[in-house]
Amino acid sequence: MNSDHHVILRVVSKMLLPIIVMFAFYTQFHGDFGPGGGFQAGVIIAVAVILYALVAGVPAAMRAVPPAFTRSLAAIGVMIYAGVGYWALFKGGHFLEYQALFNEPPGEHHGQHIGIMVIEIGVLCGVSGAMLTIFYAFAGRVAEIRDKDW
Amino acid sequence: MIEMLLSSAPQWALTHAAPLLVMVPLMLAPLLALVPSGRVAWLISVAATAISLVFALILLGIIQSPESGGEVRYAMGNWLPPLGIEFRIDALNAMILVLVTTIGLLASIMSYPTVVAEVRKEKTALFYSAFLACFAGLCGVASTGDAFNLFVFLEVSSISTYVLVALGASRDRRALHAAFNYLIMGTIGATFFIIGVGFLYAATGTLNMVDIASKLPALDGSRTVQAGFAFIIVGLGLKAAMWPLHQWLPNAYSYSPSFVTMFLSATATKVALYALIRFLFFVFSPTFAFEHAAFTYLLMPLGIAAMVACSFQAVFQTDVRRVLAYSSVAQVGYMILGISVGTAAGLSAGLFHLLNHAMIKGALFMAVAGVVLTYKGTNIRDFAGLGRSAPWTMTAFAIAGLSLIGVPLTAGFQSKLQLGYALFEHGWWWAVILVVFSSFLAVIYVGRILEAVFFQPPVNPRKTHKEAPIVLLVPLWILALANIYFGITTEIPLGLARDAAAAAFGLEAFR
Repeated sequence: MNSDHHVILRVVSKMLLPIIVMFAFYTQFHGDFGPGGGFQAGVIIAVAVILYALVAGVPAAMRAVPPAFTRSLAAIGVMIYAGVGYWALFKGGHFLEYQALFNEPPGEHHGQHIGIMVIEIGVLCGVSGAMLTIFYAFAGRVAEIRDKDW
Repeated sequence: MIEMLLSSAPQWALTHAAPLLVMVPLMLAPLLALVPSGRVAWLISVAATAISLVFALILLGIIQSPESGGEVRYAMGNWLPPLGIEFRIDALNAMILVLVTTIGLLASIMSYPTVVAEVRKEKTALFYSAFLACFAGLCGVASTGDAFNLFVFLEVSSISTYVLVALGASRDRRALHAAFNYLIMGTIGATFFIIGVGFLYAATGTLNMVDIASKLPALDGSRTVQAGFAFIIVGLGLKAAMWPLHQWLPNAYSYSPSFVTMFLSATATKVALYALIRFLFFVFSPTFAFEHAAFTYLLMPLGIAAMVACSFQAVFQTDVRRVLAYSSVAQVGYMILGISVGTAAGLSAGLFHLLNHAMIKGALFMAVAGVVLTYKGTNIRDFAGLGRSAPWTMTAFAIAGLSLIGVPLTAGFQSKLQLGYALFEHGWWWAVILVVFSSFLAVIYVGRILEAVFFQPPVNPRKTHKEAPIVLLVPLWILALANIYFGITTEIPLGLARDAAAAAFGLEAFR
């Protein structure tokens, strides 16, 4: 065991990880009523994985959350966002018109609520996926010239 | 043809053409990141650009029809402007949109063989994803009517452009350096632009371009507006490679994958130039830009310096792609010169040259892409003898090259003629002499390449240069024949350019 001297770090971060993710979802769903929203929540979720990568090493993090998954997550996030726009179009409204999502008359707000919710979920996926992809791209980069070759 | 399209299109396509034009490629771009196969990605990107082209033609048709009043306004999410973001298409955008989507379609058709040859296999689908994002961003810049939204789309297109340029690294490692350079310069440009928009927002309290334009005359002499104007012009000038802010361009064009060079040279700087024109003439009134700020005396020397200095630089380059890249900066100089006249005739000459230059450079870089495909070198010496082994590719190259010089019966001649008319009309006969002089420089730098291609023996006779594949030859010849066709009858592009200039000035009857 070569990482024994990190034992406190590992135990503490193991305790913190679920709290971080939970706080991310709190930020996500509290975005309706106060500060927060998909962007912040996405960054916080990415922070949880990055913390794991710092403590357990990048290969372990890549096993838990594979790079192919983070990349797809980012792409899917954008598609969720744009998908809401198309959903409104198919319902006969303008692009991204939340009011048209359920063909509601003015004064009803379900479409507005659901619309922004789904969009924020798209932002959550997009941001966390992109953040992790960027992190993996930097952290997982193998030096092309070895140090002793300099 | 456009009337037929308009009458056959369903109602939803007519009402939602503006957002769909941008959103179809923007939706398909992330999808391509999930597609494993490069060939499927290619087909999807061809389809996406073709759909965008159809919508661009529909928009053009709507704008040209008398009942539209010359503009299409679409409120995103039905939030009405000036509060909401709107897409606003008039004759100026419609021209740029048709240009970008046409070039995008031709470029994506020809791309597959060159992308397979130059980009690593596992990256092909992601490459197309970045291409579609870039394409959607450019279309977005050209269709939005909101100053901040324009910044967002500018960044969507720029960031994917940096990626596309960097992917040239598997062919030439210097692409990484070029991409990084471009990233720094491009980000500075975008930052300047957004600072300028911030100033305008502080002064007017709105981000909608029509709204800003209506509020600016009341703010005559405001320092905030003047500072915002300066920041916006410098920022967009950087993006449009206006001399002396063009330093990123030669490297970015010569080391990126040849398909990317072809696409960017014909669209990216053109769209940035469109944004510049939009702000100079539409958001700020021509009186503000050209009389109060004395803009003529700033833009005109820059345009002339670009077309003379960069033509000289092009003469001394040894790499074909660098010759063409420096020539691109010189051609931007012609457009800037046309704009700097500050009259509708000058602007329409600049826009006309913008259209023609996109066809010229598109064809030239496409032919170069065909050469790179079978023979990696792009040195002028490497081109020796290619006229015999690849006659079809090289004949198209020669046609576009002659058009670049401005030989009669080619499109390049017509736009220089229009530029000359506009300059004479304004009394700038000496500028006409400089235009002719810089065309002579073009004779030298194009002539060097053509001489090597057609009159020199091949450097290495045992190395066989093959003709480019048919998917590349067809778009190449479409562009080359367009150069001749629009050199003989200028009705369509000149009409587009005049309508666009009229829209930028807000003139009703200019034709």
